[in-house]
This record gives sequence, structure tokens and C-alpha cells, in this order.
Amino acid sequence: MSRTTNRQTDLKKRSTLKKFAAAAGVAVSAQINPAMIGYVQGSDRPIRVGMQLHRTGIGASYGRWYERAAVAAVDLINREGGINGRPVELVIEDDGTDPKRGAEVIEKFATQHQTDVAYGTLFSHVVIGSSPRAGELKLPYYVVSEGYHVASGSLNRYVFQPGITDVRSQVSSMAPWVASNLGKKITMIFPDYAFGHDHRDYFSSAIAAQGGEVLELIPIPPTESSFTRYFPKIPRETEVLYHVLVGPGVLTFVKEMGQYFGSGDRPQIFGFIDSLEAVDFSTPQLEFLEGTHFWEGYPRYAQPGQSEHDRFYRDKVGVDQNGASVNDPKDISTYSHMFGCWETLFIIKQAMEMSGYSGPADRPALIEATESLTEFPESRNHPQGRKIFNGRIHQCFGSQHISRVEGGRLDVVHTTSIEDGLYEPEADYTRMAL
Amino acid sequence: MDLGPFLLLASLEGLVQAAVLSLAALGLCLVFGVLRVVNVAHGEFYMLGAVIAWWISYALFSHPLSGFVAALIVAPVLVGGVALASERLVLRRIGHNPEATIVATIGMLYVIQQGVLILFGPDARSIEPPFYFRIDFPWFGYSGYKLSVILMALGLLSVLWYVISRTRLGLVMRATQLDREMAQAFGIPVDRVYGTVFAVGAMLAAVAAVLIAPIRQVHYLMGLDPLLMSFIVVIIGGLGSIRGTLFAALLIGMSDGIISMFFSPTLAKMVSTLLVALVLIFRPEGLFGRREP
Repeated sequence: MSRTTNRQTDLKKRSTLKKFAAAAGVAVSAQINPAMIGYVQGSDRPIRVGMQLHRTGIGASYGRWYERAAVAAVDLINREGGINGRPVELVIEDDGTDPKRGAEVIEKFATQHQTDVAYGTLFSHVVIGSSPRAGELKLPYYVVSEGYHVASGSLNRYVFQPGITDVRSQVSSMAPWVASNLGKKITMIFPDYAFGHDHRDYFSSAIAAQGGEVLELIPIPPTESSFTRYFPKIPRETEVLYHVLVGPGVLTFVKEMGQYFGSGDRPQIFGFIDSLEAVDFSTPQLEFLEGTHFWEGYPRYAQPGQSEHDRFYRDKVGVDQNGASVNDPKDISTYSHMFGCWETLFIIKQAMEMSGYSGPADRPALIEATESLTEFPESRNHPQGRKIFNGRIHQCFGSQHISRVEGGRLDVVHTTSIEDGLYEPEADYTRMAL
Repeated sequence: MDLGPFLLLASLEGLVQAAVLSLAALGLCLVFGVLRVVNVAHGEFYMLGAVIAWWISYALFSHPLSGFVAALIVAPVLVGGVALASERLVLRRIGHNPEATIVATIGMLYVIQQGVLILFGPDARSIEPPFYFRIDFPWFGYSGYKLSVILMALGLLSVLWYVISRTRLGLVMRATQLDREMAQAFGIPVDRVYGTVFAVGAMLAAVAAVLIAPIRQVHYLMGLDPLLMSFIVVIIGGLGSIRGTLFAALLIGMSDGIISMFFSPTLAKMVSTLLVALVLIFRPEGLFGRREP
């Protein structure tokens, strides 16, 4: 008798548990995805921007700041009336800085989240891995990646890079300054994949055009964690050591470079700030960088004559005058890259408003509207500076900065003009079918 | 750079690599030797050691030296605790079955890795070395801390050698490795030995990580490379052979250092994996392993 009662109580417990579980499930799914409910309601659904984010994996420090810049921009857009009178919603998915996962995220955006566009990713291998899927699914894909892969024509009509200048343009615009101020005999240290290969190919040719030469190319495999072994390959007659590296090993790389050169003679050092994005210059053992030069896409330390747009942008994203988070001075931003996330969102807004975008059926019109853009004047929406946009190669061009490390901070010593970085386009996406 | 200094730098790099590798690989070797368990989660114990070291030096101590000394003691103990718990809760329940434990340790790999990702975050973080001075050779500078890593590893290896060959614990471990059933018949608590050895193996990985963490950076994915290298070393040296493991760690560490410098690091990895293939074909028991009867 008592056994039956027990069993009944058990059954009751079990069914109660099931109900709880079901209720919890509903609550959780509603919490994660409240916009799904909005979507069902019809035309006043938000514009959904799928953000493919390096939340984990080797690009995580960039991801953290890409997210902050994007969230701040979306917040501003929404407070000012959204896009075409509709609010914007950011749907974030982690790609693990992994190309395979990146392509899956694009699929998720297109089929599960039904976002209007995909946006935001940085690492070149993720962009290259995700783009074919975006093209197949006809999902406009706005990247903030820097690589030349967009402008080269190797991707497809659905991929744009309107918010950040590509590596080819960056390095071509700076080569004349490097050759005339630092030296003409260069040794290059770069990551051994697409992004690094862009540096290798286009800086080599740009420096050759200045009468300089690259003495040695030192590619570094992407998973490397120890770097001392590469430095003896730097030829003695090197005048300028050009370094660019990304990933979790960057600080080790720079420290080991300092140890290797010791207090002896060393060549001039010209680095891409990528080697020290999200890294504090006051970290011990980085003192040797004093007097060396860095490329900066957008100066980390506020410069004399700071524009009101830069002040506004720093304030919105939560970055102080030294390029660190306002909440934690040790949390250094990826200032030379993340502005691309901010600016690209305003370009998406501009193109959607031009094309009267109302839903996925208008994607071809959105593509054509984006391609028709030609210039972004310096403004609150484009705080990094004026840019011109080439719709045929889906790429923008802006000014670059060369900064010198002085007293543990970076001071701009040279700014290129947009024209310095222009090159003959090698592709025309507008001829591809939509 | 001239050949002499070039070789000197290559050897120093190789020795640092060999020192850390020998500690990590010995852990893997002990576990396989005694438990016959291929511990795929070994690299994650290494990573966990580095993460705990970061946490101790960052959160608890303001001076790098005291943080380092504390980490050298606390990190292995905590990692050993985690390993002991996972041996009790997972490996023992599947009877240390060789195939099942491979799958189980793969599971442990992901649990530890993702757990650290959630708690520690995805960023690479650096630990300040306990002391920093640069030795300026006429041709290049070299970190004094890196050289001290070689000495510390030698010290730890001597302690380990003493424990295994001169203490009761070592005797019991060797007896269990030789013949489990006979050891049990002589009253050795084999189950307890298994737990202890699994923990000691993980602790060795953690110690290696504490030593290397101030040179490299602490990151939740840092366990993959040492896992691969430890497997290479243990297979070449002979599964379960301590002497072989030490020899192979020196061989692989030095060849990695020298080939990486004179040719390329990719070639160095190719050579060591080729060596594994050759050993497996021509001497499957490893250079120092004993042929199964």
C-alpha cells in the first residue's frame, strides 16, 4: 500500500518536474530570443544584424572590443530612430575564431535567426571560410577584416568591407615614409596565413617601388608560442625590422624580441599595432620599444587637436584618452580596428535607408545601394576620418597613421593621405549576378 | 649571425624546451606505465596549472617572486586534487579499461578546457617572471629566467628520480607497474596507487606549466601543443620507460631547437613526427621500452 502511494508521489513529482522543465524551457528560449516573438508579429519587427564575433579562440581580445563598439553604435542608432523607423537588433554568435564555425554561424543567421545581414568579423581565415556560404545564402556580409581578400575579387558580391582600409592600401601608403625615414633594407616578420601574406606581397612591392628591398621574409606559423628561434634569421645588414603578428602569443613575441636585441645595436623597428593591440605599453619588458614606430589605423592615445567626433566615439564606446576601458585602465582596446565595427553599422544604415530596405526580399537592392556609395565624410558616424569607397571592389580607403613610442605612449608623427593608398582595382563585383 | 653563437642560442632554446617537456612527458609516461591509461587530458592539466599560477600571482601576491613560489606549491596541489577526483569519479568506474579511458579522458579534456574558458575567459594573460635579468652575450641577449627554468627542471627531475627509486612510494609504484596482480597479492593497495600516480602525473604537467608560464602566455588553448609533444616524446622513448622519456625529451627538445633555427620550425615538427612513425614501424616498443613477451 505504502509502496503504491510512494510510486504515485514519485509520478506526481516527475510530472511536476516535467512541467517545470517545460516552463523553464519556454522562459529560457523567450529570454534568449525575444525578437523571435516580435518577428512573428509582422512588419514592425526589428532590423536584425547578425554579428559574427570572435568571442573565444585566438581572436578573443579583438572580439571583446568589436562587441563593445557594435553595441554602442546600435544603441546610438536606436536612440535616434533606428533604420527606416524600425529598431535595430544585434544578434551575436561566437565563431570561436574558426573558419568552419564561422560558416556555420552564417548559416545560423540565414536560417535560424533570419537576420537581415551578417556583419563584423575580423580574422582573414574566418572571412574567407564564411564568405562562400554568405554568397550561396545570398546574405549580405559586411566584414571588418583588413585583409585584401575582399578587394582582390576572390570572394563574392555579397561581401563588403566598407568600414576599414585593406592591408594592401595601408602598406602601400606607408612604404614611402618608411623608406625615407627609417631605412630601405627591410626584414619582415609576419603571420604565415592570408593576412600576413597580404603584408608580405604588398609591402615588398611597395618598398621596391621606393628603391628599397626586403632582405629576408620570416613567416611565423599561426599556432606558434615561442619566437626567439626566429630572430637569428634577421640579417645583420637589416635597417628596418617590420613586424606584424596577431593572436594570443603577441606579447611573448614582442618581449622576446626585446630580450634578443638586448642592449646591443638593433635595427629600426616598424611594427603594425596588431602586434600590441589590447596590450598595455607599460607592461614590464616593453621598455625597449621606446623610439620605435607603429602603424595605427586610428591613434590609441588621443592626440593634440583631437576631433569632437573622436571624443564622442570614445565616450560612447567607453574608451578613455589612453585607449583603455573607462572601467579598467588595464583593459586596453583594439582601437586601430574596432572603429570599423562602429562605422560599418552606420554604412549599413545608410544603404538600407537609400534602398528603402524592408525585408530579406530587398537584399539585392541593399547590395546595389551599398555599391553606389562613394564617400563617407569625417563625422560622428565616421570618427576615424574621411573615406572613399569603391563599389566595384567593395572596399573603402582612408588615412593611416605612423606613431612613435614616446614616454610609453604613441604619438602620431605622420598621417598618410587617402590618395597615398589607392591602387588600380583588380576586380569588379558589380558584374557578378545577384 | 655566425655559426657559433647561432648554435649557442639554438642549444639554449632547445634545452629550455627539453627541460619543460621532460617534466610534462614524464607525467604522461608514469600514468601510462602504471595505469595503462592514455591520458588525452594531460595537456589540460598543464593548462590548468598555468591558469592557477596566473590566478595566484595576479590575485593573491603583489610581488612576482612570492607569487611564483606560492604557485609552484599550490598549482600542482590543486591540479593533483582535480586529477585525483577525476580518477575516482571517472576512470575507476570504467575499470581503467584502455579504450574507454581514451574516450573518457577526451571528455575530461573538453570539460576542463571549457570550464577554464567560462571561469578564466578567452584572453591570453601574462605572468611576470619571479625575477628578470637579461644576460647580454656579445651576439644576442637572453632571458636569465629562461636559463633558470633549465636548472629548476633539473632539480625537480632529481627529486622525482629520488622518489621513484629510493622511497617506499616509488617501490610500490614500480611494483604495480611490473605486475599489477602480483602487487595486489603482496598487499599493495593497487587502487590507491592508481589514484596517486594519476595525480602525480597531472602534478608534473602543472609544475612544467608553472615554470613556463612567465615565458609564454596563459591561455585556455595552451594545452594542445604540450600534449602533442609529450606524446611524441613518450612514444619515441618507450611507453612507460622513464629513462627513455628523459632521453627522448632531450632529443626532441634539442632537435626542435636546432632544426627550428637552422631551417624552420615546421620542419622541426615534421622531423619529430617522422621519428615517431619510424619508431612505431621499426621499434614499436620505443627506444628504451621493453618488448612485450
